[in-house]
Amino acid sequence: MAAITMKNIVKKYGDGFPAVNDVSIDVQDGEFMILVGPSGCGKSTLLRMIVGLEDITDGDMVIGDRRVNDLAPRERNLAMVFQNYALYPHLTVFENIAFPLRLAGASNEEVDQKVREASKTLELDEHLERKPGNLSGGQRQRVAMGRAIVRDADAFLFDEPLSNLDAKLRGQMRTEISRLQKRLGITTVYVTHDQTEAMTLGDRVAVLKRGVLQQLASPRELYTNPANLFVAGFIGSPPMNFLPATVNGTSVELPFGTVELPREKASLAPEGKLLIAGIRPEHFEDASVVDDSKRERGSTFTTKVDVVEWLGNEAYAYIPFEADDAVREQLTQLERDLDGDTMRSQLVVSLDGASRISEGDEAEIWVDARQMHLFDPETGDNLTIDLERAGRVPAKEDPKAAAAAEHVAQDAAAH
Amino acid sequence: MKQKIGLGVGLAAILVWCLLPVAWIISLSFKSQQAVSNGSEGFLPQSGGGAGWQNYADVVGDDQFRRAILNSIGISLIATLLSVVIATLAAYAIARLEFKGKKFVLTTALVIAMFPVVSLVGPLFDMWRTIGIYDTWLGLIIPYMSFTLPLAIWTLSAFFREIPWEMEQAAQVDGATSWQAFRKVIVPLAAPGVFTAAILTFFFAWNDFVFGISLTSTESARPIPAALSFFVGPDPFSRPASLLAAGAVVATIPIVIIVLLFQRKIVAGLTSGAVKG
Repeated sequence: MAAITMKNIVKKYGDGFPAVNDVSIDVQDGEFMILVGPSGCGKSTLLRMIVGLEDITDGDMVIGDRRVNDLAPRERNLAMVFQNYALYPHLTVFENIAFPLRLAGASNEEVDQKVREASKTLELDEHLERKPGNLSGGQRQRVAMGRAIVRDADAFLFDEPLSNLDAKLRGQMRTEISRLQKRLGITTVYVTHDQTEAMTLGDRVAVLKRGVLQQLASPRELYTNPANLFVAGFIGSPPMNFLPATVNGTSVELPFGTVELPREKASLAPEGKLLIAGIRPEHFEDASVVDDSKRERGSTFTTKVDVVEWLGNEAYAYIPFEADDAVREQLTQLERDLDGDTMRSQLVVSLDGASRISEGDEAEIWVDARQMHLFDPETGDNLTIDLERAGRVPAKEDPKAAAAAEHVAQDAAAH
Repeated sequence: MKQKIGLGVGLAAILVWCLLPVAWIISLSFKSQQAVSNGSEGFLPQSGGGAGWQNYADVVGDDQFRRAILNSIGISLIATLLSVVIATLAAYAIARLEFKGKKFVLTTALVIAMFPVVSLVGPLFDMWRTIGIYDTWLGLIIPYMSFTLPLAIWTLSAFFREIPWEMEQAAQVDGATSWQAFRKVIVPLAAPGVFTAAILTFFFAWNDFVFGISLTSTESARPIPAALSFFVGPDPFSRPASLLAAGAVVATIPIVIIVLLFQRKIVAGLTSGAVKG
């Protein structure tokens, strides 16, 4: 087992396209680290640089206390689970799992003992003599994991391992991977584009956008203190609402009305300037079901509800609003960064299941403004971030370097 | 039902069309030389005109013929083996590596494959005599290889391209060297392609007549198709047709065996399951 340290890693392809740009991540011994971001953000490239399948253009990759930049994959002693499993179809499940041991020249008894141990852990005992072609998706996934755990690797690397499974199986395997990692206590780097996997599995999560590290923090820190619009929009489902906002003293003017902001938050935002307010759906509520004591901590406004989706335990209400051009431009760009389509500007509000609001109603909605974040519409930075509780934000550590990296990424995207 | 009948009739027609000459040769090989010379009509030998296994016994008992069979088997097997090994390595490089002149190599290979064999016989005859490999196994193995390599390379590189890169990368992460990954993962997966290439190469080498008759002068290297044409028998004025027929049948047997053997490998070859289903 070993820690993995990435120092100012850069990956440029032959045509000069920067896939990964000045990324520094330290994965501690035994930690479960998630690399997350929309497609094309460089997360898989980064993982492949750790394992050695991709050359490193610049920077240092240190595993344990060895600099591995120039080592072949087999010399790095890492185990990897591929997105498509990459099982050997001509070998039985047993031989698939035994493959790394055989290459290492283990004796037959040792191979047998270790493979049976791994197959027991993964409940593959009755499939050992079958070929991968006859297995279901979940079983193949487990064989791929068996091949990883059978050896004493320094770390596990997962490249979107669950993306080929159906939703139910994905949930089960997610728990399975988490349990396995906890039990083996082995350093793990896990790549995914799915924010649910990122939130549920990771000790810490590194959010990447176009090859640039945006924020490296625990799931809770990411959720409550996103570094910028991108992280705020990426983490959370349904996503955070973004509204045009103007601050006057401690009050914030939103499309639906004015809400009061705590003094320390309001003081961080420039007065009178057009900003973007970010409020998560669950920080709204049907005013009629909010306790009086709680009610005083937020503000209420009245608006017309367009659509209501009732899910039993909760309901989502959709409220359209008009956004200024400046804000809309930034939000369109954000949608593009997040791989999404440009949507109409609407507010998504999570209501208690007991709420009686229905479609077309004029409803009184309560909002907890203390949880609101304010973003700079030009840079996308979170102005009200609590840096103590936001993990690592490269843009704040070394603004110049981060700005340079961002600039390169934007240039590349423009071409 | 109608369709099935149509299918059956069609199949029967094709089978008769393809197999009738073969059946006729077999029938001929069982007729006696005497009967053939006198004009033996009909498929089955007429009464008294049958030779039983005598023709076969004569053929197999003939030194010249035995030697030719040995030459053919040896030359074809060596040419096939070398051709497949070289083609596998070349095709792997073409499928996996980006190098300058890759297109050039592929097109050149095709051009060679299309080259008329006959046009090369003259130059080769001269060269081989100068170098001193005229009328040797090597003198036939080289042209067989150069004419079968292009096709083998094309077939195999298509197979290699079908194998996901990830298989190889997984092997490397598992601790394999490039060579081990190639040998333990890629080659087994490309086995159907390897066997296809092997069959094609073997066919070419076994059936070749032009090189066989031009680049040999004695029985030290003469392969069976050429040897059959030199097979005169005891009476130079009447060609031993039934004996030749028996020789042709014997010469066909190895091909049939090889096809049956390799065909199983090809069919049982690639079972999916490497990647998501």
